[in-house]
Amino acid sequence: MHLIRGPRLVIFVRRTQDAAMSEQPLHILIIDENRIRASIIEDGLSGPGDVRVTVLPDTTQLLRRIVEIDPDVIFIDLENPNRDVLEHMFEVSRAVKRPIAMFVEHSDQASIEAAIEAGVSAYVVDGLKKERVRSILETAMIRFKAFERLKRELEDAKTQLADRKVIEKAKAILIKTRGLSEPDAYALLRKTAMNQNRRMAEIADSLVLAAGLLGGEEGK
Amino acid sequence: MINPRCEVRAGFIPLVDCAPLVAACELGFAEAEGVKLTLSRETSWATVRDKLAVSHFDAAHILAPMPVAANLGLGPLPTPMVVPMALGTGANSIAVSTALWRSLSRHMQSNDFDATAAIDALANVVENRADRLPQLQLGIVHPHSAHHYELAYWLASRGIMPGRDVDLIVVPPSLMPAALASGHIDGFCAGEPWGTVAANDGAGVILTTNAHIWRNSPEKVLGVRAAWAEQNPDCVEALVRAVYRAAEWCDQSENQDELARLLTQDCYVAQSIELIRPCLARRLKAGDGTLHPIEGFLSFASNAATFPWTSQALWFYSQMVRWGQALPGEAAELVARKTYRPDIYRSALKPLGIAIPSANAKVEGTLQGPTPVGSTSGHLRLGPDTFFDNKVFDPDRLSAYIAGFSGRES
Repeated sequence: MHLIRGPRLVIFVRRTQDAAMSEQPLHILIIDENRIRASIIEDGLSGPGDVRVTVLPDTTQLLRRIVEIDPDVIFIDLENPNRDVLEHMFEVSRAVKRPIAMFVEHSDQASIEAAIEAGVSAYVVDGLKKERVRSILETAMIRFKAFERLKRELEDAKTQLADRKVIEKAKAILIKTRGLSEPDAYALLRKTAMNQNRRMAEIADSLVLAAGLLGGEEGK
Repeated sequence: MINPRCEVRAGFIPLVDCAPLVAACELGFAEAEGVKLTLSRETSWATVRDKLAVSHFDAAHILAPMPVAANLGLGPLPTPMVVPMALGTGANSIAVSTALWRSLSRHMQSNDFDATAAIDALANVVENRADRLPQLQLGIVHPHSAHHYELAYWLASRGIMPGRDVDLIVVPPSLMPAALASGHIDGFCAGEPWGTVAANDGAGVILTTNAHIWRNSPEKVLGVRAAWAEQNPDCVEALVRAVYRAAEWCDQSENQDELARLLTQDCYVAQSIELIRPCLARRLKAGDGTLHPIEGFLSFASNAATFPWTSQALWFYSQMVRWGQALPGEAAELVARKTYRPDIYRSALKPLGIAIPSANAKVEGTLQGPTPVGSTSGHLRLGPDTFFDNKVFDPDRLSAYIAGFSGRES
């Protein structure tokens, strides 16, 4: 039985939401100076042809290499000092979303809860058998996608609420300053947004801002 | 210790400034406060933060801006943290390759780590660098580090824009000397002993220090997981007292030998005494190969070096906004301000009867020399806190300060 000792961490990187849906094979990068361990993970991942695995044992110029390889998923040892190099990559490319799976040797309920709370998508106790690598990867991806969808829905809901508020404000300004009816004020905002190819909330925002600058009470 | 009241698991990175935690653990300061302190040596800041996040750690020796970044939701696994105390000031240096040093020294009259002379020389070299040569590559330890913000501040003061004129890349501190020797980077900014290691190996030359860019500037802090701090307020205070006592011990010159011996062990910094001693003695090797004393290079406790100034958390936030890591806004400003907790510090250290600053924040960059300040009891002096360009940071005028920079021009 192959067991990987010690706490381990896996970082998955997805380029975009679209990539997750695409037919392209998943490109997985394993960063590990320990070739034996890397090959266990590699064996565990290779299966029917929907994944491609690259192993990077040499970590000099890591950032440049990752950009060249452009993986969807990165596996890296928790003890590898180059984890900070990966952080830099996340920093420069904020669009990168990443489910995280953590492999630990022993744990308690509090740790598991804390891990889930912190956004770790899969928390696996008792080391890592090669037979399980693939299912863990899949679990993490599924949970991550579900979590991302929830978050996006929440964000969308928040944005919609904020949008509605600012549109109401802009309408009030138009009604007062130009004597328009409410439907006409709304129609004017919509027409302007369409002509300028911008969101209605953006147009409303500019209007409220401008009214504020011009000293009208409405902008406040 | 028969029955410890608190068990604390803390992570650290092998650097000289982890000393107060090591001393607290090894010399009985933690025990005296009823704290069973277990230390875990880590290899990356990311792992320190992540182990805090999943409650493998309760507290950690962590880069001073990292808890601010975490509370702002930046980076992976941003876990809410509080900072009840700082872990000293200084102990960073900027080293350059011997090749870059040769070019720089043609433009420098003196060789005394002066930050202004050094940046003028560097600006000259960058401006005149041949088109066919790649941009200079400078190593930093983490995007959310004092090293990054101070280095970028120093570079940008002469119009050298990170990204446009030089590349800042992340390299783990322990790999910096090798990266410099092999030519992957042309310089780096990192905590001791890594500048000294590079200088001793002949891989590079120490050009200046963060203490020359911003005197007595904050460096590492004690980061505590917010949820744990909330559930264990007494343990947090006991830990702060223990680490404060340990920091005082670390600052005394008669303890330098013992401290160096402690740190040299494999479970801590794991470097030879020769590489750790100079920093503890506040000395660095200059370009001419001799050791120079540097005033204010490192402070573990004196000059209120353990006080978590909210103005310093806000300075880091101002730089996060300046370099596009964080968005400006009152809510974010409040998050940054509330990350550092002088209230916990005061409450924890009150029984010791020591002098503690009365204010939570100060206008950074106005103290030209040691200055007596208002404190809870006794007399307290703060060290100089000027920036090398004499700019002043008033935390109450944050937006104006940020607007005063030309911004990111990459």
